[in-house]
Amino acid sequence: MSTETKTASNTEDYLRMYRQMVRIRTFEDNANQLYLSAKMPGLTHMYSGQEAVAVGICEALKVSDKITSTHRGHGHCVAKGANFKEMFCELLGKEEGYCRGKGGSMHIADQSNGNLGANAIVGGSMGIATGSAFTAKMLGKDDVTVCFFGDGATAQGIMYEVMNMAALWNLPVIYACENNGYSEYTKTEEIAAGSITARAEAFGIEAFQVDGQDVLAVNTLATDLAARARKGEGPFFIELMTYRYHGHHVGDINREYYRTKDEEKDWKENRDPIIRFRTHLVVEGLATEEELDAFNAEIASDAEAAVAYALDAKYPDVSEVDMHVFTDIKHALA
Amino acid sequence: MREITLSQAVNEALAEEMRRDPTTFIIGEDVAEAGTPFKILSGLVEEFGTKRVVDTPISEPGFVGLAVGAAMTGTRPIVDLMFGDFIFLIMDQLCNQAAKTHYMSGGKMTAPMVLRTNLGATRRSGAQHSQSLHALVAHIPGLKVAMPSSAYEAKGLLKTAIRDNNPVVIFEDKLMYQDKAGVPEKEYLIPFGIANVKRTGSDITLIGTSSMVQVAEAAADILALEGISAEVIDPRTIVPLDEGTLIKSVKKTSRAIIIDEGHQSYGITGEIASRLNEKAFYYLDAPVLRMGAMDVPIPFSPALEDITVPTPERVAANARKLCAGEMIHAT
Repeated sequence: MSTETKTASNTEDYLRMYRQMVRIRTFEDNANQLYLSAKMPGLTHMYSGQEAVAVGICEALKVSDKITSTHRGHGHCVAKGANFKEMFCELLGKEEGYCRGKGGSMHIADQSNGNLGANAIVGGSMGIATGSAFTAKMLGKDDVTVCFFGDGATAQGIMYEVMNMAALWNLPVIYACENNGYSEYTKTEEIAAGSITARAEAFGIEAFQVDGQDVLAVNTLATDLAARARKGEGPFFIELMTYRYHGHHVGDINREYYRTKDEEKDWKENRDPIIRFRTHLVVEGLATEEELDAFNAEIASDAEAAVAYALDAKYPDVSEVDMHVFTDIKHALA
Repeated sequence: MREITLSQAVNEALAEEMRRDPTTFIIGEDVAEAGTPFKILSGLVEEFGTKRVVDTPISEPGFVGLAVGAAMTGTRPIVDLMFGDFIFLIMDQLCNQAAKTHYMSGGKMTAPMVLRTNLGATRRSGAQHSQSLHALVAHIPGLKVAMPSSAYEAKGLLKTAIRDNNPVVIFEDKLMYQDKAGVPEKEYLIPFGIANVKRTGSDITLIGTSSMVQVAEAAADILALEGISAEVIDPRTIVPLDEGTLIKSVKKTSRAIIIDEGHQSYGITGEIASRLNEKAFYYLDAPVLRMGAMDVPIPFSPALEDITVPTPERVAANARKLCAGEMIHAT
């Protein structure tokens, strides 16, 4: 755990970070149950285990700052300020979802909080994040953009193209590589030669490696880098060492051919970001076990209500199928 | 009216729109001091500076992706893709990202960007710098596709594209950059989705895109000498497509040839022919004919390259046969 010490002003921030991490875990547990009970169309990719990454970074950002997310994007969406109700509605393809049910799990985003979208093409959002930073610079805004992506995306060529441009033009973008150890069903060490941070350093980009299970370490670094990016010192690159508790997606259940149950158990019991932060909060006297249990119960109850709401919510009318193809043509096929 | 080249018309459209809207910028390879290999953008960097006329590394997916993100966050990028053939490099950013942003967000996000690129063979550029790939883009819902057929069209359509809130791809014929046409000094825009009936006629409709409009007009001249009256229509944009004007014309003439420089199979010609068959079948006196580029990679040798694209003579020959009642059961 970080050596960051308690001050009166950051207690509230810490408790919010705790709640946000629990909200992500709770959201994912519910989403997994929806899948297992065949109530959710399609598949979904669980963020559980990686909560400290999304929360540590997003808590360092303003609402007007932008993020781009991935197929494993529920955590980023929650951390950037989304509500359970619209998120579960989106997961179930309902009209009240953030994308009116047209996006689904892999494209979920609360656009009003600066989430530019979850992207189902690995590495697909790296250009978008860099372009968002380009806009900020061109229009003289002080927005920072964080590009979330996994270790698997470091194998995509576009990453090197846009890092090159971001470095040439000092764009306010932070490339946040969530290294959860697996590129789908393959160990990262089998797909990534050399060092991941060295790849960013080759472009003259300052690169950092941080314990992605330590929310305070992540938040401290992200706060510093966001402030520096606002001053024109970007871009930056962070490799966050983390772990995904579930398989590549919810259907990836028998996975011993690529990783052991002992390994999973070790991460869950000894490096869980929520347990670690909870212990820290109690030990430092920032919250009691009872207070934290109350948070957990409140969040569980919120999620339960949102799931029930979403299950009963309306599907979009079939007339919406050819809406939003173009901005100025109401029905593209009319 | 003064006459200017298609290249000058594009340059004027860009300059006018960049003066009008400070959120616009040009991005691409060698767009600033070099003004592109075709010199289309010469002078723009002097007026707008390197912050708005942005030279990039040779990284097509990277700078197109960057443009998508810029468009989503409040600027209006005008991307210069040096050759239309490079579209294959940027398909993910254009088709998976830009085209779907509005739809996947349930209408909450937009990507108002323009991608300017080119098409056209017979420049002796070989198989990787001569293709006409607009059908690939037109196939993807969410992208508008404009195909200017003259300097006048290029200016008016580009200005409309820049003001459009959707991603728009414009294909300029690279062999027409030095072709002159009358272009008013006064500002004008050409709306999308409204075809231009270039010439009225009663015996056959010739529908051409881009430089194939000139081919259709030349064919109509040949046919006129023989007493065949051809109507020539330029759809201007293939997405959206002004189906109504095309169908109305074919109902009148009862015959049609569609001429386009994309490969004939699975292309624009087949799409338009099919729509005419579906919606004007009982008015037809002859099969609707497709004339696209040959289904071969574009060869380098002039002796081979020139025969891969439709010519006025071949269009006229086919029109003659259709009007004579031949080709009803083509072999």
